[in-house]
Amino acid sequence: MSSQPHSLAHEDAHEAHHGHSHGHEAGHGSLRSYMVGFALSVVLTAIPFALVMSGALDSKMATAVVVMGLGAIQIVVHMIFFLHMNPRSEGGWTMMALIFTLIIVGIALAGSLWVMHHLNVNMMPMTHEMMKNMP
Amino acid sequence: MTNATQTDATEAPQFYLEEEHHPEGSTMLGFWIYLMSDCLIFAVLFATHGVLGRNYAAGPSPADLFDLPLVAINTAMLLFSSITYGFAMLQMERNAKMETIFWLGVTAVFGLAFLGLELYEFYHLIHEGAGPTRSAFLSSFFTLVGTHGLHVTFGIIWIVTMMVQVKMHGLIPENRRRLMCLSMFWHFLDVIWIGVFSFVYLIGVIG
Repeated sequence: MSSQPHSLAHEDAHEAHHGHSHGHEAGHGSLRSYMVGFALSVVLTAIPFALVMSGALDSKMATAVVVMGLGAIQIVVHMIFFLHMNPRSEGGWTMMALIFTLIIVGIALAGSLWVMHHLNVNMMPMTHEMMKNMP
Repeated sequence: MTNATQTDATEAPQFYLEEEHHPEGSTMLGFWIYLMSDCLIFAVLFATHGVLGRNYAAGPSPADLFDLPLVAINTAMLLFSSITYGFAMLQMERNAKMETIFWLGVTAVFGLAFLGLELYEFYHLIHEGAGPTRSAFLSSFFTLVGTHGLHVTFGIIWIVTMMVQVKMHGLIPENRRRLMCLSMFWHFLDVIWIGVFSFVYLIGVIG
C-alpha cells in the first residue's frame, strides 16, 4: 500500500524531468557529464604538453601529428560535454550551422596554407646579402 | 452548426499568430550562429598564423620565446574556469541564486588569472624586443592570441554584469537565457584556446 504513492510520486518526478529536458532543447549537462568532460580535457591537454616538453617522441612530425590529433579530439569533447552539441538541438539547425562553419574553416585553412606554401616554394631564392638590404 | 464553423474561421488567424511566437529557442540558435561567425574570424587568424608563423625575419623563434610551463598553467586556468561555469549552470538549474553568483565569481577569477598571465607574457615578450613589430611571426601571434584575450576580457565583463543582474533580479527567465548564452560564449573561448595552445604554442615550439 505504501509503495503505491511512492511509485506514483516517482513517476511524476520522472515525467516532470522528462518534460523539462524537452523544454530546453539546448540542454544542460549533469554534474557527471561536466566532470567526465573535464577529466577527458585534463588528460587530452596533459598528454600533448608532456610530449612536447619532454621530447618523448623522436620525430617532430609524429609529435606534431599527435598534438593536432589530440587537440581535435579535445575540441569534440568540449563540443559534446560543455557546449552540449547534439544533432537534435534546435531541430538540427545548430549542427547544420556547425557543419557549414567547419567546411568554410577547412577551405580557409587548407586553401591558405596550400596556396601560400606553393608561393613560398616558387619564390626566387634569397641570399643573406639580399636579406640584409631589405627595407 | 454553421455558427460553430463561422466562429472557427474567425478564430483561425489568432491561432496562427500564437504559433508564430518563438520562445527562448531562437535566441540560442541566433547566438550559436554568432559564435560560428566568430569562429570564422579565428579561422582567418589561424590561417594567417599558419602562413606567417615561420617567417622570423632573422628574429627569435617560438622555441626561443615561449615558456611552455606558463602556457600550461594558463591553459589550466581556462579549463578550470570552464568547469566552474558548468557548476554555475548546474546551480542555476537548482534555482540556487547565491551559489550561481558564487560560481560565476570563481569563473571570473580564473578568467582574470588567465588574462593576467597572458598580459604578463605579452609584457615579457615586448620587453625582450619581441613585440608585434619584430617579425611576421610575432605580428600574427599577437593578433591571434590578442584577439582571443580580448574575447576573454569581454567575457569577464559579461560575467560580472550577470553577477550583478542575478543579484538584483534573481534567476528570472531573461537572466537564465543570458546565462545560457554566456555559457556558450565562455565554453567556445575554451575551444578556441585548444586550437591556440596546440597549433601556435606546441607546434611552434616543435618547429
